[in-house]
Amino acid sequence: MTAEEIIKNGQKVFTKTKLLTDNVMSYCPGCGHGTAHRITMEVVEEMGMEEDTIGVAPVGCSVLAYDFMNIDMQQAAHGRAPAVATGISRLWPNKMVFTYQGDGDLAAIGTAETIHACNRGENIVIIFVNNGIYGMTGGQMAPTTLPNMKSSTSPFGRDVKMMGNPLKMTELVAQLPGTYFVSRHAVHSPGHVRKAKKAIKKAFENVQAKKGTQFVEIVSNCNSGWKMTPTKSNEWMVENMFPFYPLGDIKVDGKLIEK
Amino acid sequence: MTEEIIIAGFGGQGVLSMGKILAYSGIMQEQEVSWMPSYGPEMRGGTANVTVILSDEKIASPVINNFDTCVILNQQSMDKFESAVKPGGYLLYDPNGITKHPTRTDIKIYSIEGAKAAAEMGNTKVFNMIILGAYLKMRPIVKMENVIAGLKKSLPERYHKLIPLNQEALEKGMDNLVEK
Amino acid sequence: MGEFKLMKGNEAFAEGLIRSGADGYFGYPITPQSEVIEYLMAEEPHKRTGMVVLQAESEVAAINMVYGGAATGKRVATSSSSPGISLKLEGISYMAGAELPGVILNVVRGGPGLGTIQPSQADYNQAVKGGGHGDYNLLVLAPASVQEMYDFAGLGMELAFKYRTPVMVLSDGVIGQMMEKVILSEQVTRLTDEEIYAKYGDWATVGRTNGRERNIITSLHLKSEKMEAHNHKLAAKYKEMAEEEIRFEEFETEDAEYLLVAFGSSARISQNAVKIARAKGIKVGLLRPITLFPFPKARLNELADQVKGMLSVEMNMGQMVDDVRLAVNGKIKVEHFGRVGGIIPTSDEIVEALEQKIIGG
Repeated sequence: MTAEEIIKNGQKVFTKTKLLTDNVMSYCPGCGHGTAHRITMEVVEEMGMEEDTIGVAPVGCSVLAYDFMNIDMQQAAHGRAPAVATGISRLWPNKMVFTYQGDGDLAAIGTAETIHACNRGENIVIIFVNNGIYGMTGGQMAPTTLPNMKSSTSPFGRDVKMMGNPLKMTELVAQLPGTYFVSRHAVHSPGHVRKAKKAIKKAFENVQAKKGTQFVEIVSNCNSGWKMTPTKSNEWMVENMFPFYPLGDIKVDGKLIEK
Repeated sequence: MTEEIIIAGFGGQGVLSMGKILAYSGIMQEQEVSWMPSYGPEMRGGTANVTVILSDEKIASPVINNFDTCVILNQQSMDKFESAVKPGGYLLYDPNGITKHPTRTDIKIYSIEGAKAAAEMGNTKVFNMIILGAYLKMRPIVKMENVIAGLKKSLPERYHKLIPLNQEALEKGMDNLVEK
Repeated sequence: MGEFKLMKGNEAFAEGLIRSGADGYFGYPITPQSEVIEYLMAEEPHKRTGMVVLQAESEVAAINMVYGGAATGKRVATSSSSPGISLKLEGISYMAGAELPGVILNVVRGGPGLGTIQPSQADYNQAVKGGGHGDYNLLVLAPASVQEMYDFAGLGMELAFKYRTPVMVLSDGVIGQMMEKVILSEQVTRLTDEEIYAKYGDWATVGRTNGRERNIITSLHLKSEKMEAHNHKLAAKYKEMAEEEIRFEEFETEDAEYLLVAFGSSARISQNAVKIARAKGIKVGLLRPITLFPFPKARLNELADQVKGMLSVEMNMGQMVDDVRLAVNGKIKVEHFGRVGGIIPTSDEIVEALEQKIIGG
């Protein structure tokens, strides 16, 4: 059966949001970025906010996010997206402004910009995709690389005595008074995708209600950087990343969740 | 006419605002003026100085090394600026706290017991206006009416009620100038 | 006399931003320019005009807030002093690359490194060569008075939007810290959101209005041909500036046999040096470049046919002198005189240098 025949028979189950372009995504097959992009844009479309949403793309694998997200976007220097978003949001206080950043960008070179934007409570959404590695530059160690995890700059595994510890940025920003909603999700299964999308929607709604900084982490795989098949990388993520970066809400409505 | 002045003393003595009022007075009589403070860590140590230039012509540099007049309000400034008065120029100082008095013979030296006069007026805040009064007696380069106009322009509206007190202080300074 | 005020150069720049209708300022304190943000915070321009003012966590963050703000089609500015400008250069390069308008004030202090907080003109090369990475230039305005600090805030913004390029106002610690009389202009009303949509909606991040194609602000061009074309586009813009925007001022050049070339506070002192030299019978004039990029090359080349030598007076170890030499192209002798470390040259020293290096040399 061709695609046209399926649609004719009224069996169409999925339509790509019009807020994703038709450009072929530059991500590796099996990577979580594509799904994270899609649910972000679906949320903007569902809210009917495409004329009032401005996105900021980082440096890293998602540097070209603006090729795929069909809204007004700006590309930021490495790590500076929260400062760029601050500038946009302060000048367009009634628009929804978000950043989409990876772990190297947000948690290493951009630590200061991230913490201060969160601490000021800038009215923006920060979507933080954490795959524990620098994907674009070829698999170097990231601030979020797990202990003993191999990368091209920790070829024998991350020795925390020598290379320092992984940084739990999300738990860190949850402590700051400016963050209103802080939550960690994944996009490797339909159930997880639904939860992640719900969290992103809540984040955007909070920004619409001018509640301050909304921080959603998506723990993701990097099959090429981790040198695994997509399926294997997702299994590895569940086994190794989730225990260290547990999924779930950390702060809701400005209040830390009691564990 | 060009008058190049440095006013030097401790932070808190009102050195910078005295310079500002003098500069505003110059503007009121349609002169070119510049006001240039010392800035940076030097200020944190407690000394403060400001160079004020009033001129009938366009002012080239607001930063100069020799002055027509030095107004000196502490010993450090005396040590630093006595030698910077141009020959034939003026030095005005408050002897309060001065241990080494000026010795030059090629300049005109005046003193004003500013701290004492301010205490007599029961208001240490008018110290700088007393000094300015003494300076204007010594160097009548701006008219009193222009000083008052300058004060009005320099002070926020809510402080305009203090202008008579400031005028009294200016006059007190004029009356207490002593030629050495 | 219209409305006037005795102001510091830094304060005048801040007031100039407010009155010329700026929408935002993002800064970080550093001596000797902190009065810019202090003044803006005290003036509460959000109440006066709706202008946004924010103290950032660093110079790096501040310039990136400007980068974000400029992309919205609004009028934004920042200010700093030398070491802080070094930190901002990444963002300035991005602005030039992404063709964003904005004004950056540098109140120069001595360097390299932490250097001194005292006045200097040692960032000339950095400013006129672009400063950051990549093939770009800034339009550079050099104020020589507190009035020009005020005026260039608005003029800089106007030129920044005319060419969609970052404009640098290259000042120094003298001009920033000194007070002079400033004649204030009428308040210009800030553009409304609707006016911004109409004027800049074809490129700015105003939101993807009316179903139009998305606007993308980026300096990234992964395809070599596109990058090359973009470099040519920028170069054409700089060429147009060189044709349209050169500004300079001449003083006593009509019969001059020698010429001083100086900008900013050095030009003020040099003007006095001209008077002193003329009183001694030396026929000298002064050319003060007001735009340092584009540089008044043609006029200097013309003057090289008239005068016997030129002295470039700068508070640095000799930077603008290279541009003067290029303009003169070997026709006559060009030398440099400067004091550094925060020492301001005196008019007498300049006359002496002219006599020794040019007339007698």
